[in-house]
This record gives sequence, C-alpha cells and structure tokens, in this order.
Amino acid sequence: MENEKKEYLSGSSLERILRAGYFAVTGELGPPQNANPEVVRKKAKVLKGNCDAVNITDNQTAIVRMSSIGAGILAEQEGLEPIIQMTCRDRNRLAIQSDLLGAYALGMRNLLCLTGDHQAFGNHPTSKNVFDIDSLQLVKAVADMRDEKKFMSGDEFKSSEPRFLVGAAAAPFADPLDFRPYRLAKKIEAGANFIQTQLVYDLDAFEIYMKKVRELGLHEKAYILAGVGPLKSPMMAKYMKNNVPGILVPDELIERMTEAGAEWKGKKKKDMTKEEKRARSKAWKAEGIKICIDLVKDMQKIEGIAGVHIMAIEWESAVKEIVEGAGLYPRPVVEA
Amino acid sequence: MIVAEQKSLEEMKALISDAEKVLVLGCGTCVTVCFAGGEKETMIASSSLRMATKLDGKDIKIEHATVQRQCEWEYLDQVADQIKDADVVLSLGCGIGVQAIVERFPESWVVPGLNTTFLGLPSEQGVWVERCAACGECVLDITGGICPIARCSKSLMNGPCGGSEDGHCEIDKDVECAWQLIYDRLAAKGKLDSILKLQPPKDWSSSRDGGPRKIVRPDLRFINEELEE
Ligand code: SF4
Ligand code: SF4
Repeated sequence: MENEKKEYLSGSSLERILRAGYFAVTGELGPPQNANPEVVRKKAKVLKGNCDAVNITDNQTAIVRMSSIGAGILAEQEGLEPIIQMTCRDRNRLAIQSDLLGAYALGMRNLLCLTGDHQAFGNHPTSKNVFDIDSLQLVKAVADMRDEKKFMSGDEFKSSEPRFLVGAAAAPFADPLDFRPYRLAKKIEAGANFIQTQLVYDLDAFEIYMKKVRELGLHEKAYILAGVGPLKSPMMAKYMKNNVPGILVPDELIERMTEAGAEWKGKKKKDMTKEEKRARSKAWKAEGIKICIDLVKDMQKIEGIAGVHIMAIEWESAVKEIVEGAGLYPRPVVEA
Repeated sequence: MIVAEQKSLEEMKALISDAEKVLVLGCGTCVTVCFAGGEKETMIASSSLRMATKLDGKDIKIEHATVQRQCEWEYLDQVADQIKDADVVLSLGCGIGVQAIVERFPESWVVPGLNTTFLGLPSEQGVWVERCAACGECVLDITGGICPIARCSKSLMNGPCGGSEDGHCEIDKDVECAWQLIYDRLAAKGKLDSILKLQPPKDWSSSRDGGPRKIVRPDLRFINEELEE
C-alpha cells in the first residue's frame, strides 16, 4: 500500500478508511427511473452510517435512470459518500472527461470504472453504443489525470486536475477463468487503487482466485473489496447460479435457503395465503442475511481482502443488518 | 466479402410502386456468393415482383440484368441503355452498387433491394458471419488473427469483459465471445504475452469516426497519367 506519509490520492473518506487499515464496507445505491430526488435521499438515509461509501450505478443494465453524478450529489448532501460509477457504453472520451471534471467540481472523490452492460439488455436496445475506450483505458485515463495532470489527449492541466480514487471491478469467476487474475493485474497496472469484485458465494473458488492474486502481489498494490449480497430466495440463488455469467452459487447455500422455507415445503404459490407468502419470504430473507453475514466474516480472514462491497439494490435495509451481524458496526471515522 | 440480405418482397414492391418500367439489377460478385443478389436471385426477384404487382392490379414492366461488378462504372456502362430506360432501378447489389449507379447515371432513380449487412465469410452451409469492421488500423497481429473490433460486442481492446461465459458473449448464447477465442488461440500458441500488455485507446480516426474515408495511391495515379500521355 502507499507509504503512510504520502499524501492522500483523493482524500475521500473511503481512501482514509482503507489507508488506516480498517476493513472497509461499501454499498450500492441504484438511482430511480425518474427525476425524484426524494427516492435517492430516502435510500441514502437508510445506508448512511452503515457503509463507508456507496456505488451510484450508471444506467445499470442499460436502463435509463437518474445520472450517477446527479444521484451522487444527492447522496453526498445526505452525508453519504458516493462512488460514482462510469461506464464506457454511453460516453466517448470527450464526454467522460468533461463529466469527470464536473463530478469532481461538485465534490465527488471516488470513481469506479466499468465497461458497462451491452445496451441489448436494457430498455433502449435499438440505441447505438459508444465503447470508444474500455474500462482499463478509462482507469488509466482517470489515474493519469490525477498523477500526470494530463488529459487523454496529452494536454496538460494548468491547474485543478480532478483527483479521484480510482476503482475497477473484477469478475473472478467469469471465463476464461485462468485469465481473470491477469486481467485484474492489468487493471491495477493501469492505475486502479481499489477493486470491487462481482458477487462471491463460493468461498473455495474465491480462495483459489485470491491465492493467485497474492502470488502476483496484487493485494499489495490495490485494496480489494469482495462483493457480497444477501440472497432473497432459493429461486434467486438458482437463477443466479444458472443465468448470471461469472456467479457461482454452491448447492450447499441453495439448500440452506430451501431449508429456511421448509415449513411451507410442497405448497404451491397459488395455494398460499398472502400471510403465508409473506412469512415464507421473511424466513428466506432472514437466512439470506445470515449467509451474507457468514460470508463477510469469512472474507475478513482472507489475506489480501481489504473490505466488502455489499450489493443489496432495492433491499438497502439489509446492509445495516449485515454490517451489524458481522461486527463491523459502527463504522470508523478517519479524520482528514 | 460483403454480406447482404434481400429486403422482403413487400418492401421491394413498395419501392417500385410508382414506376412503370423497372430494372432489377443484380451483381456478380459478393452478393452472388452470399445468394442475395446474383443472377439467379435477380431473376427470381424480378419474376416474383412481376407476379405480385400483377396480382395487385398494377401494370409495371419489370426487366432484369446482372453485371459482373456493380461497384465499378465500366461494368455498369455495359447496361447503360437498360438503366436509362427504366424509371426505377431496383439494385440487388450492395450499398456501394446502388451509389455507383447513382453516380454514373445521375438522371436515374435507384433504390436498394438489399440490406448490406457486414464484411464476413460463409462459416457453414447457409450461414455467414461477420469478421471485419474495416476499422482502418488492423490489430489482428495483437489478437492472434481474431478481430476484437468486429467480433467482440463491445469492441474491447483489453477484453474479455465480465460477461464471457462458456465461450459465448453476454449479449446472446449464440454469439461467440471473441475474447475467449483470442485467449484460447494465444494460449495454444504460447503467445499470451500479447494480451497481458495494456492496449492504449484505439485511434478511431482511421475508422468511420474520422469521416468518410478515401485512399489515394500516388504510385498508381502516376502510372495512369503516364499511360494517358
Ligand atoms: S482490426 Fe480492424 S481492419 Fe483488422 S479485422 Fe478488425 S475491423 Fe478489420
Ligand atoms: S462477452 Fe466477450 S464478446 Fe461479449 S462483450 Fe464481453 S468480451 Fe466482448
């Protein structure tokens, strides 16, 4: 990690917490599909104090939503530090750089660089995509703005360059599996200061990945936050296992989820009363949170893991339970 | 080769609905090998149109012809009379063919009977796949002869993205992940070094993003001028 005496890169509270050696917690806040600031404020209030910073998604799954910078400012106003997500799908290098200047001017300090889901997934499948640069090139561009004081064109900043803490994502279990640690190495070499991984449920597989990551010395060059998230139901667990690329869900966890709803076993959804359905869902969700707490506890024991990134979009209240359950509450404050 | 697909009969009918005399003009090169606008397809399309317009109660005179290459003026000149004689030329050449006719015969009205789709190859009987996006700065040396620009859904230079699974791309299980192919080939050749290096942002100015492109070869121009003297 950076020398203790060195100046902060961005001075964000996430950076200060990571640098101080605390086990960091980040969360996620999905902006609404409308222009209502109250939606963001409400979610921010739920998350505030339970995590050190939150990712504000950028047109997630290619569905148009309030911009990540706009929603990030609202979160910041609520006292919740945002991590602005920026994808390469919707902006070329001019738009990306100018948005970064604007975001920094408005007080944003953390940036997560992503390639972005293809627009075929979203609600504008007939649109044109951009992909002028990819996520690695974006990481380098943002790091170069800060460290070399240069635009992508090579032009120099005369003053006031944006100084972001640069983040990137990692997909430990996507294909080609053997290449994944090396792709992470490329991202860190490009300048990523922190990494958030895709959801991890399979600790054995993750240990194998992390072993390689440590062999490559990557955990010493960037803070790696393991992605975790509470399962809502056995169906969701199965769906993710079978349909979401790069997510492994061990059968053992699917069984734990199924077991949690054992009281209602064999009952068809259409034969159940509203109350029964609600009770079953509650039981599943409680187990999902328990599993997540176990995962967070286990992550704290893995060498090279600097924190967790809790993904509980549209279930923000779960974050508090998980953080408390894992003994990570209250969150530390590191003065600038 | 350039790969194209015929527009539907309905669409073609609409394109010629105001005409009295139509020339359906095929091309003997790329669109012949992809069975979209060769001599045979041109013949079939014109007779289908003849029947369909007759059934609609219209009296449109529909002729057909096929030139060796619609994208070169000298071949078009061979059917100059037929082109000039028609009120509408329905081209079964690629988009370049349509424009070549327009440029050579500005008086004529030319409409496209094909949707020009991509640069590719036939991978199996009845299947064509895209292989090149004519980006103007070929990087196949880095990626082991598999194009990341045309074949990766996001044109990534530092792929694969997190959506790659079991060899297919996140957008569709029927689409191969170009970066899985690149990885496999380089691994097999012991050349993975090539993709361990960070590739800088691509210079898209040689691509369509730089505006319409043009190649001028002074060496060839010079010879031509000499010959003309
Ligand atoms: S790199 Fe460019 S020129 Fe080469 S095959 Fe791909 S699109 Fe065509
Ligand atoms: S899955 Fe493969 S082909 Fe599809 S966008 Fe990602 S890297 Fe490109």
